[in-house]
Amino acid sequence: MNYSYYPGCTLKTKAKELDRYARSAAEALGITLNELPEWQCCGGAYTAANNEIATKLSAVRALMAAEEKGEDLVTLCSACHNVLKRVRDDLLNDEGFAFKVNQYLKPEKPYEGKTRVIHYLELLRDTVGFDAIAEKVMSPYAGTKIGAYYGCLLLRPGKVLAMDDPENPKIMEDFIRAIGGEPVIYPYRNECCGGYVTLEDKEMAKEKSRAVLNSAVGFGSDLLITACPLCLYNLNAVGTDTRVLYFTELLARALGAAD
Amino acid sequence: MDNRKEQILRESGVNVRKCMKCGKCSGTCPSYDEMEYHPHQFVYMVENGEIDKLMASPSVFKCLTCFACVERCPRGVEPAKLIEAVRLEAVKRQGMNHLKSDQIPALLDDEMPQQAIVTAFRKYSK
Repeated sequence: MNYSYYPGCTLKTKAKELDRYARSAAEALGITLNELPEWQCCGGAYTAANNEIATKLSAVRALMAAEEKGEDLVTLCSACHNVLKRVRDDLLNDEGFAFKVNQYLKPEKPYEGKTRVIHYLELLRDTVGFDAIAEKVMSPYAGTKIGAYYGCLLLRPGKVLAMDDPENPKIMEDFIRAIGGEPVIYPYRNECCGGYVTLEDKEMAKEKSRAVLNSAVGFGSDLLITACPLCLYNLNAVGTDTRVLYFTELLARALGAAD
Repeated sequence: MDNRKEQILRESGVNVRKCMKCGKCSGTCPSYDEMEYHPHQFVYMVENGEIDKLMASPSVFKCLTCFACVERCPRGVEPAKLIEAVRLEAVKRQGMNHLKSDQIPALLDDEMPQQAIVTAFRKYSK
């Protein structure tokens, strides 16, 4: 199975593990991720304003490049996933936006936003299947209580991202079960870590992340998993003993594909 | 209707008149304690045309755009989109960028992901 793959800026720099383990696990699962040759940074944030065009063009280019290859576009970073799906939604549902984008980029044939965008977790759930993953697990996380930390960008807005129920998600808990671990459901799993505010207000971000950690640990988590480099950074910045890891690392280790 | 209010309503696509003032947006907002004006206040202050007060408030830079208020509003008002539009109006003014590129090096540490920097730049500058 072949997919176009959009890693994004952080997976090439501070979050290399998120990327590396995703690639080795995909290989073990028989999936080929073809990195888009000339992708540009998605900008990290989708700007929710009706008159924004320029800030969304890098995402449009990525979508177009995948369509040219006739492949669905897989992404992994929560922020890239959020931006790519929302820009695609604009192309599909906002005629004025699609018109202006095509005016600006002048593709050979008008681009309509048909490229499917899939988060790596959706690839695991919908294409590979969690049951099939469970069968391939060599080193299960038996007895490990794992808290899935969704944060905000992976789920919201629920109608557009359409990954899971934004208020009661289960995709990461099902993933945890597939690798043999015990999922911990805790109230703050889909609350924000403090996000980009950490750049100018460290204390505020730490306070948000501390609330998440307290909730996760209070409900019995031994460790947390995330898909988002900024969540991982903010949670680690609190400075507790609780380990926070990328879900791809656990997947690769469970499959015996970590090295 | 004054131009600035009209601009913000058009830019955000938010219909402030749908709000039934239940306060759920502010109740669920992770930045509530840090804000001078809270999400529900953005909604009624835009409706009242009190845009200048909102644009001048540090509250516009405290919204995390986590969309909790958008997802949980029982009336589909989408306060975060309104706050985004007010913030954009604030930083678009000449010389009013909240974050300038030469300030960034001093704010970094070894682990800071690029995602934080590009996102903050999108949120704080135009």
